[in-house]
Amino acid sequence: MSVPEVVRFALRGLSANKLRSALTMLGILIGVAAVILLVAVGNGSAKAISDRIEALGTNTVTVLSTGRGGSGATSLTTGMAAALADPALAPDVRSVSPVVSSSVTITYGRSDHEVGSFVGTTPGWFAASNTPIGAGSGFTADDEAQGRRVVVLGRTVVDELFAGADPIGKQVTAGGALFTVVGVLGPKSSTGFQDANDTAVAPLSAVRQVLTGYGALTSILVEAKDAGRVDAVESEVATILDQRMSGAARASSATTPYRIQNASQLLETQTETAGTFTTLLGAVAAISLLVGGIGITNIMLVTVTERTREIGIRKALGAPRRVILTQFLVEATLLSVIGGVLGVAAALIGSSFEIAGVRPVIVPSSVGLALGVSIAIGLFFGGLPASRAARLRPIDALRYE
Amino acid sequence: MSRPVLEVRDLRKTYGQGEATVHALAGVSLTVHRGDYVAVMGSSGSGKSTLMNILGALDVPTHGTYLLDGVDVGELADRQLALARNRLIGFVFQAFNLIPRMSAVANVELPLAYAGIKPGERRRRALAALDVVGLADRARHEPSRLSGGQQQRVAVARALVTEPALLLADEPTGNLDSRSTADVLAVFDRLNATGRTIVIITHEDEVAARAKRLVRLVDGRVVQDTRQSAIHRPPAGAFAGRHAG
Repeated sequence: MSVPEVVRFALRGLSANKLRSALTMLGILIGVAAVILLVAVGNGSAKAISDRIEALGTNTVTVLSTGRGGSGATSLTTGMAAALADPALAPDVRSVSPVVSSSVTITYGRSDHEVGSFVGTTPGWFAASNTPIGAGSGFTADDEAQGRRVVVLGRTVVDELFAGADPIGKQVTAGGALFTVVGVLGPKSSTGFQDANDTAVAPLSAVRQVLTGYGALTSILVEAKDAGRVDAVESEVATILDQRMSGAARASSATTPYRIQNASQLLETQTETAGTFTTLLGAVAAISLLVGGIGITNIMLVTVTERTREIGIRKALGAPRRVILTQFLVEATLLSVIGGVLGVAAALIGSSFEIAGVRPVIVPSSVGLALGVSIAIGLFFGGLPASRAARLRPIDALRYE
Repeated sequence: MSRPVLEVRDLRKTYGQGEATVHALAGVSLTVHRGDYVAVMGSSGSGKSTLMNILGALDVPTHGTYLLDGVDVGELADRQLALARNRLIGFVFQAFNLIPRMSAVANVELPLAYAGIKPGERRRRALAALDVVGLADRARHEPSRLSGGQQQRVAVARALVTEPALLLADEPTGNLDSRSTADVLAVFDRLNATGRTIVIITHEDEVAARAKRLVRLVDGRVVQDTRQSAIHRPPAGAFAGRHAG
C-alpha cells in the first residue's frame, strides 16, 4: 500500500470518531500553546526589564552621596565633578555631568504642575543619560556658563501645562523665576514606579541659583568611553573620590561616603532574575504539557484497545503487521501534529496580546520543543499499543474484549 | 485428481495445561478438493470453530500440518501469512465482522487495498462483488444501516472479492432469520456452481443438506464423512439459471 493510501486510511480512522479526535487534539493544543505562551511571557518580561535598564544607558555610572545632605567634606561638589574629568587619572571617562535635582511646581498661565524631578545639569548630560531632545533644542555650554534660565521639559509636563499648544519659546515659572522653554524631551519608557517623562532639565547654574542653592550635588553622572570600560571607570572614579574626600571624614564612617551605581550590574542581576522567572513559568507549562501528554496516552490506549477487534478483522483480511502499525502510527502522528500546529497557531495569536501587562516574546526553541514533545508522546503511546495489537494472532485480536 | 485446495493431517489443538488441558482438536485429517462444498457439523464444543480458525490461518495448531494449495502454512512468516489470508482465503464470520463507520463498498474494498490494487480498479471490483450478492444498490450504506442478512452478504462479497480459491464460512447463517439465511445460502450455491471451493460450519441440517459433502465432528474427531452429491455437479440448492459473475 502506498503512503497516500495509508494516510487516507488513517484520516478515515480519525474521522470515524470526530469528537474524540477533536478532544485529543484540544488536549495537545492546550499543552503546546501553554508552553509556548508561558515561556514567551517570561521571556517578554525579561526583555521589558532589560529594555528599561538599557534605556538608562549601560555605559554610565552614577555617583551618589550617602551623606545626609549638608555641605560637609563628604558631599559631592562641582569641584569633584571637575576632578573626575581628568584625562590622566581617568582615561576611560568620556564625560562628567554634575546633577542637582529637586521637586518643584512649574506654572504656565493658570495651569500648574508639580514636577517630580527638576534637574539641573550640564549639556553633556543629555547624551550620557540617553535622553534625546524630541523637539526644539537643548541648552548649550554657554547657557550653563551664563546661568541663563532656559528649560527643556519632559512629555508629561508639556501635556499637563500646555495641553496641545506648542511650548517652545513660552515662559514658565519655577521657584519664583521665569524659565524660557527651549525644547521638549523625547518620550522615554518608564523605569518603574516613577514617570520618566515627568521631568524638566535646566542648566546647573540656573537651577542652583534659583532652586537648590549652592550646596551638595545630588549625583554625578559619569559616562564611560565604551560599555566595556564601565568597570575601569568605576575604579578610576573611586580612586579620585577617595583622594578628594578628607581622611577624617572617612575615618568617622565605616563605609565610603558615596555609592557608585552601575547600570550594567543592575542589568545582569535583573536578567538573572528574569531568567529564573522564565524557567519557573516554563516548568509550570511543561507540567501542563505532560498532563496533556498523559491525556493523549490515555486516548490512544483506549482507541487502540477498542479497535483491537478491528485490527483482528484487518489481519484476517490479509493486512500485514507493518501496514496496520503504519496506519495507527500515522493516525497518532496526525492527531498530535494537527493538535500541535494548532497549538502553535493559538500561541502565536495569543502572543500578540498583552498578558498581565507583559508583551510576550516567543522563544523559537520553545516552539520546537513543545511541538516535538507532543509528537513524540503521540507517536510513542499511539505506537506502543498498536504494535502490541498488530502482533496478536488474528483470532486473539478478534476475541479481544 | 489435481492438487487439493486444502489438506490437514493429524491436526491437534489443546488449550490450557496439566489437568485443565482441553483437547479442542484431537487429530483431525481432512482433504478438500477444488470445487467441493463441504459442510462441517458438530455440537458446540466439538472443535469445529477451532478447526475453522486454523483453516483460515487465523490460529495455529498445537500439532499437525496444514497444506493450503500445497503450501505448508506452519512454515509461513507473518508477511506470507498475511498474503495467504488475502489471496487464498475468503473468510465469512458468524458475527459478520464488518468494520463500523465504513460504507459497504469500502469494507469490500479493504482486502483489495491490502493486496495493493489501485483505487479505481478496487472500486470496480468491489461493486461487482456487491452485485454478485445482490447489494449493488446498498454500496454507500454503513453496516449499521443494513439488516443482518445484508451485512452478512456484504461480508460474503468481501470474502470473495479477491477471488480466493477457498471460501470459509463459520456459521454464516447463525445470526440470521430464515429469509436472510436463504439469501446467503443462495449466494454460496451460486459461488460453488462457478467452481469456488466452500467449507461451511453449521449446526442447521437444512444448511448442511445443500452441501456436497458432510463432515461431522465429535470431541475434536471426525466421526462421519459422507458425500451427498458429486463434486463436479452443481450443488443441490443451486437454481438452474446461473447468475452472471
